[in-house]
Amino acid sequence: MSHSASQTPSPAQTNPGRRTFLQWLTYATGAVAAAVLAVPFAGYLLGALRKHRVQWVKLGPPSNFPLNETIAETFDNPLGQPWDGMAARTGVYVRNLGEDRFLVFAMNCAHLGCPVTWFPQSGLFLCPCHGGVYYENGQRASGPPTRGLFQCVWRIRNGQLEIQAPHLPTLQNTLDRPVRV
Amino acid sequence: MKRILAWLEARLSLRDTVGPMLMHPIPRGVAGPMGWWYVLGSASMTLLLIQVLSGIGLALVYVPTADHAYESLVYLNYQQPLGWFLRSLHYWSGSAMVCMVVVHMTQVFLHAAFKYPRELNWLTGVLLLFFTLGMAFTGQVLRWDADAYWGVGVGASMAGRVPGLGPYLVDLLLGGPLIGSDTLSRFFALHVFIIPGLLLTFLAAHLWLVLKRGISEPPVPGKIVDPRTYQEEYEKELKKDGVPFFGEALLKDALFSSLTVVVIVVLAAIAGPKGPGALPEPALLGANPKPDWPFWWLFALLSLSPPGAETFIILALPVVLIGALLLVPFVSNRGERAPSRRPVTVLSVIVIATVIAVLTYQGATEPWSPVMGAWSGDAVPESLIQASTPLQLQGALVFQNKQCRNCHALQGIGGRRGPDLTRVGIRLTRDQLIDQVSNGTPGGGNMPAYGKQIKPAEMSGLVDFLVSLRPPGQKPARPAAIAQP
Repeated sequence: MSHSASQTPSPAQTNPGRRTFLQWLTYATGAVAAAVLAVPFAGYLLGALRKHRVQWVKLGPPSNFPLNETIAETFDNPLGQPWDGMAARTGVYVRNLGEDRFLVFAMNCAHLGCPVTWFPQSGLFLCPCHGGVYYENGQRASGPPTRGLFQCVWRIRNGQLEIQAPHLPTLQNTLDRPVRV
Repeated sequence: MKRILAWLEARLSLRDTVGPMLMHPIPRGVAGPMGWWYVLGSASMTLLLIQVLSGIGLALVYVPTADHAYESLVYLNYQQPLGWFLRSLHYWSGSAMVCMVVVHMTQVFLHAAFKYPRELNWLTGVLLLFFTLGMAFTGQVLRWDADAYWGVGVGASMAGRVPGLGPYLVDLLLGGPLIGSDTLSRFFALHVFIIPGLLLTFLAAHLWLVLKRGISEPPVPGKIVDPRTYQEEYEKELKKDGVPFFGEALLKDALFSSLTVVVIVVLAAIAGPKGPGALPEPALLGANPKPDWPFWWLFALLSLSPPGAETFIILALPVVLIGALLLVPFVSNRGERAPSRRPVTVLSVIVIATVIAVLTYQGATEPWSPVMGAWSGDAVPESLIQASTPLQLQGALVFQNKQCRNCHALQGIGGRRGPDLTRVGIRLTRDQLIDQVSNGTPGGGNMPAYGKQIKPAEMSGLVDFLVSLRPPGQKPARPAAIAQP
């Protein structure tokens, strides 16, 4: 360094202002390049969080559901993709309480989401994974769940029982309130 | 030929770069009988190579969309020539890789090869372990059957418990509001691009560190690692007594890896591929999802933990475990290396291995899961009702019909979530039984309250039956006598 510096001045010495400017310009351009690449990419990844339009699923006329019985009803969930195949085939439990009042339960256990089975003989929902048990009104009976079964939002429109297509219900994103759907 | 090699060498300069890497000296002890301890890392890499090759092969045929993934797996099993073998190889070699990586890590831990100056070898190794487990989990999801579907559901439900962020994490994990094609595509990308990319990158770093810091010499009791003098002594020993890496030591690796390959290929050919199991259709109820074996211990830990502690265990345990592993070389990076001088290390290995083995066994048998078909599938053992009155027989019927059997075994058959009731008559009195059946476990425990689900006549039959469940000649339980004044 010492011998070359004495003969030819280094670029920084000839014009320090210009050198520094170009250096910072390079950093700034690099930062802009990284940002214009990263922002749309992050937006793409966060696309999974976009809100979904509320969609109503027709389950048939109320008279299809015998009074005070719990019926498993299946349908293709419209919240999914057209290429979801059998994974879109969703089930809910419908209980007709009479006078156009219904209970509609998601089949996912409130513990860790496994599918509960209805046993009419004992009037209980049993979860096969960790033994969560619920009464016929969806209240927790025993086992690890911290709450009752998740309930779908329902309405009767044009003589049809309709429910809001359920997303995967979890403890902080239930189906009762139409949250983020 | 010679001229071609010379031409290539003039351009690639391999003699200056790769040559020294291959021929660098390693401690003489590694070439001796102790060298057999050093073959586990290269065997893990060999299994990784099988995974890459068989994985590429499977990707040529497998369809990562929710509507056709299952069909393409069945096609691989039954139509594609040797498709079954490739699927089988990928499963068994992957399983073996998980084992090999864990055994490799245990050996490094026992021989304290993580001490100065090889802390980073350990840290990259811990990351490689977690990438390997990540491959195991994402790979299970690609086997798009009921276990995969509900396994993702359980994972998402766990993520959903993170305070505040939960719902967003669930959507990010699933790629949308449901478990569907977006979910499968994302796990495909994780399994095929993202985790392998990370794994290979950190494997390169791991190997670089092995090369630059040198292979640790076999531990000798009394020989202390001291950061001030270690490097100097290590290099002195290599100069005096080192043997080239590309030589006898590598022969052991080659032999062990070859044996591993042969064993895995034979195992894959005999055992066959795993699944796909039941259809991934959520409306088909009665699924009993189970993770693959590397996660049975975790499955058991979560299932056996009290509900109150569950969220804490789900969210905090991974942080604690990963943190503990990462801290190992910083807690102890000097001193003795021989296992015979490090009793705490040996004891921890024994305790950790026992805990994981016991939990894995529990995960395999899952006694906490009700047996959903026991009430209709497993008859009341004949020996229990041979002397029954008509009322007791009616009670036995109630016992089966009300699904009691799903959680309560009789003579060991049936669910094991609640106690086996073969001898309940000598433990509980009539009144206690009525209370237990009507009100369930006090405070909302394991037993649901059947009070509203059972008619008085059914109850008297059921309790009569339960009281009759006693070994021959034993009297029924009775209330403790009140002490006479």
